[in-house]
Amino acid sequence: MSAKIIEGRRQFLHKTGLGVALTGLTSSISLPVLASSEKLNLANSLPEWMTVPGGEFKNYGQPSPHEQRVIRWISANSAAPGNGVSWTPLHDLQGTITPNGLHYERHHNGVPQIDPAQHLLLIDGLVKQSLSFDMKSLLRYPMESRTCFIECGGNSNSGWRTNPTQTQAGYAHGLVSNAEWTGIPVKLLLQEAGIDPNAKWVIAEGADGAALNISIPLEKLLDDALLAIYQNGERLRPENGYPLRLVLPGWEGILNVKWLRQLRLTDTPLMSRDETAQYTELQADGKARQFTFMMEAKSLITSPSLGMMLPDNPGIYQISGLAWSGRGKIIRVEISADGGDSWVDAELQGPILAKAFTRFNLPWQWQGDYAILQSRATDETGYVQPSREALIENRGKHGFFHYNAIVSWEITEQGDINHVYGF
Amino acid sequence: MFMVSKFLILVGLLFVLSPSSAKDEFQPLGQKAQHLSNSPQWNLSISATGEGLPKGQGNAIQGAKIFANQCAACHGPQGIGASAEPLIGEVGSLTSEYPEKTVNSYWPYATSLFDYIRRAMPIDAPFSLSADEVYSLCAYILSSDGTIKEGLELNEETLPQVKMPNRDGFIAIYPDTLE
Repeated sequence: MSAKIIEGRRQFLHKTGLGVALTGLTSSISLPVLASSEKLNLANSLPEWMTVPGGEFKNYGQPSPHEQRVIRWISANSAAPGNGVSWTPLHDLQGTITPNGLHYERHHNGVPQIDPAQHLLLIDGLVKQSLSFDMKSLLRYPMESRTCFIECGGNSNSGWRTNPTQTQAGYAHGLVSNAEWTGIPVKLLLQEAGIDPNAKWVIAEGADGAALNISIPLEKLLDDALLAIYQNGERLRPENGYPLRLVLPGWEGILNVKWLRQLRLTDTPLMSRDETAQYTELQADGKARQFTFMMEAKSLITSPSLGMMLPDNPGIYQISGLAWSGRGKIIRVEISADGGDSWVDAELQGPILAKAFTRFNLPWQWQGDYAILQSRATDETGYVQPSREALIENRGKHGFFHYNAIVSWEITEQGDINHVYGF
Repeated sequence: MFMVSKFLILVGLLFVLSPSSAKDEFQPLGQKAQHLSNSPQWNLSISATGEGLPKGQGNAIQGAKIFANQCAACHGPQGIGASAEPLIGEVGSLTSEYPEKTVNSYWPYATSLFDYIRRAMPIDAPFSLSADEVYSLCAYILSSDGTIKEGLELNEETLPQVKMPNRDGFIAIYPDTLE
C-alpha cells in the first residue's frame, strides 16, 4: 500500500508538471569571523523577545495575538441573534482535533447559562423505573472517550445554490468539527432504569431556550452513544452543551442534543418540528427524505483553498485536507488536479479512526497552468463521495441538508483560487 | 484487629480494580423520579397522536390578534416573507422551481406546531404563551390556507385530528442507514 502511494505521488508530481529533477540543493555555509577588537552588541542584534523576560503565567491560555484572525465565522439571524451558526475555520487549522474555542456551533435560541448544581437528567417513559441523575452522581460513573466528528445536517448547504459561493473552505464547510468526547455510555444509564421491550425510540430534550426535542432510535443509544461531560479533556464548553450532551458518533449534528435534560423512551418517534419541518430533504418529486441520520463520506481540500494564493510559479505545494464518514473509517482519498480526469491517492495521516476526521496530504508540483483541485473520499463500506452532478441527479436541487459532494478549487494561471462547479 | 481490617479493604480494592470486572463495577446512582415524570415540567413533548396536549382551546379569530402582536414582527404580517421561517401560503409549491416549506405546504403533523410554538416561540420569551393562546395561533396558521375551517375550535381533542396537506410527503430513510 505504501509503495503504491509513493508511486502515485511520483506520478502526481510528474503528471502535473514536475520538469526539474529535485536534486539536493547544497551550498557551503561560512561562519562570520569577528576581529578580536570588535564587540558585537548581541542585545541589539537579537530579536527583542530574546533580550527581556517573557510574559507572566496565565491561569487559562489563549492563542497568540498574531492568530486573532483564526476565528469562527458567525452567521445568525439579526432579529434573533441566538438563532444561527458559527463555522469552524477549517482552512486555518491542521491536524484533526478542533480546538474547543473553534468547535462549530448551531444554536436554536442561544447558549443557556446552566448551573450544574441544578441540572438534572431524567430517564423515563418505557422503563421499569424513572430515574434522575444530578451531575455529581454522573461524574462517578465509569467513562469512555470517543474521538469523532460532529457535523450539522445543514453543513455545506451553499453547494445546492445555482452559482458557487466564493467563501473560504471552513466558512462554507465548517459546520463540522472533530473532538475527543469523554463521558458515560448512554446504555449504562438506560439499563439502570430498565428498558421496556416495547421501547424503540428515545425523545431527547435540551434545557435551552428552544427546549430542543428530537427522536433518536434506541438502537443507536445502545450502540456507541455517549453522555459527554468532557470535550478535549476539559469540561464541555457552554456552547457545546455544558454540563451534559449527547454524542452520537457519525450521526447528524441535531441528534447530538446539547444541555441534555431528558431521555424519554417511546415506541414511536415524536414527529417534532426538527425531524419533520427541518432536517428533512425535499426531493424533486416533492417527497422528503426523513430520519436521514447518517452523515455520509465527505472530503475537502483545506489547503490550498479559496482565500489563499500560490506565491511561487512554478512551486511545490502541500495539498492537505480532511475526510470523514459517519459509517466508519476512511480508507482512501484521491486527488485530482485536472477537474476529475485523473486521480492519485493521497497519503492518509494516522491514526485513522472510525467516524472521525482523517487528515490527507499530497505534495503537488504546480507549473503555473490552469488547474482544478478536487478530493474524493471512500469509506470502509465502499461508499464513494459523489460529484455535485451525481448528488443533484439523485436528490434534486432543494434538499438543503446532507450536501456531501466533491468540492472543486480552481487555480488560475496567476495563482488565485476560486470555487467552481461543473467538473 | 486493626491490621486485619486494613487487609480486608486492600482485598476489596484489588477486586474492584481487576481489569475483567472494572467496566461492570459501578454504583447505580439514579434517584427514583416518578414524581418528575408525572409533572408538567417534564412532559413538554407532544406526540403525533396528541399525547401530552394540555387542556385548552382557541380559534383563528383570537389567533389572528395574537399573531399580529407576537409573531408578525419576525414572520411577516402574512406569515411569510420576513426574517423568520415562512409559515403560511405556498401550498402545492413543493415540486415547483421555488418550493416553500411552510406549515401548510410541508409540515406533516399539526401536533408538532403546538409542541414547537409552546417550547420555542416567541423566540424572546419561550413558554410565555398560555395553552389557549397556542391553540389559537395553531388555528390561525392552519385556517389561513384552509387546512382547517376558519371557525374550527382547536383543543386537545380536535388538534390531533387535523389532516395536514403534506401528511404523506415523507419517506423514512432509517433504519436503512444503520450499520
